Amino acid sequence: MATFTKKSKGGAPGISTASLPDIVFMLLFFFMVSTTMKEVEYKVRIKLPEASESKKIENKSLVSYIYVGPPSKNWEGKYGTKPVIQLNDQIANLESIQRYIEEERAKRSESDVPKMTYSLKIDEETDMGIVTDIKQELRNIQALKINYSARKTPAK
Amino acid sequence: MARRSLPEVNAGSMADIAFLLLIFFLVTTTMDIDTGIIRRLPPPIQGDVPPMEINERNVFVVLVNKDNQVAIKGSLVDVEMIRGQVKEFFTNPTGNPKLSEQIPVQKRLDEELSKEEPDMTKVETFKAIIEQIGPDVTITKGIVSLQNDRVTKYKVYLLVQNEIVGAINELRDELAKQVWDKPFDNLPEHQQELIRTIYPFAISEAEPRSLKKN
Repeated sequence: MATFTKKSKGGAPGISTASLPDIVFMLLFFFMVSTTMKEVEYKVRIKLPEASESKKIENKSLVSYIYVGPPSKNWEGKYGTKPVIQLNDQIANLESIQRYIEEERAKRSESDVPKMTYSLKIDEETDMGIVTDIKQELRNIQALKINYSARKTPAK
Repeated sequence: MARRSLPEVNAGSMADIAFLLLIFFLVTTTMDIDTGIIRRLPPPIQGDVPPMEINERNVFVVLVNKDNQVAIKGSLVDVEMIRGQVKEFFTNPTGNPKLSEQIPVQKRLDEELSKEEPDMTKVETFKAIIEQIGPDVTITKGIVSLQNDRVTKYKVYLLVQNEIVGAINELRDELAKQVWDKPFDNLPEHQQELIRTIYPFAISEAEPRSLKKN
């Protein structure tokens, strides 16, 4: 059987750091509850437009994202400078939106599918052409509840 | 009784572990909350559905052209003017024959009841409106039709969208304050539903001429 022997040394006792973990844990918990996981790694540059009527989206677990914007610097060589669509971590084309939506729906339980919101995070300088095309794709697959992601500005 | 000296677990490294976790959460998380304008798209058109007959006075056309200029019913306007004009169009306080038609809720109820298969949820809602808000409340037949060009900037489009949504939100708030003395967002769900029936989000986007009101 192992035995522990208590060290007994003389001299001035050091400052107790026993409460340090408590403080750090407190900070840790604060960050754990107040933050959310980064959804994806952006391959497109997005500067969201501003809107005074924007509201917070409820129920984050039922939101799927579609990103549209010009490719970021590292990807300009491969994808050019025109706005492109990003789904998950991939630059995608218009046709793959339907498959993406189906995959996203498969991840949720069937009863939650009608409650799902599709959030469009679109760069403010994007032309409406591509946005209209995405909206048509979403309509075709019955993904009707959409959110135009925008930064909140105080009402005038 | 033998006094056993309890073994003391060294808690000094606890801080290190907690710090490690803390730093992990600091780098992997972002503080942002997604905000935006929630809208409902019209369902896809199945087969050949003839376009719904809409009286011209009931359509409020907002057009954003390729140069990002905004036009209401054919004349160029500033974005700031949309809100007021949309509100006037929906309420039509002066009974202007060029603005949207106002149907008293009693008439809508009678219409619904005279159908072969009345929609009971609608009937209930109309009855509740008469009971709780008053029989002379009118429901507008107006629809805002938002049209844009393929090269319109998304920023301008959203700004216009924002103004229209803002106008409807203001109308709802005004009515909520008038009847229940509370802003719309603080009302219970069944009261919100009544106001939503009176001021629906009647915004039609994309191919507006061939689409039904959503």
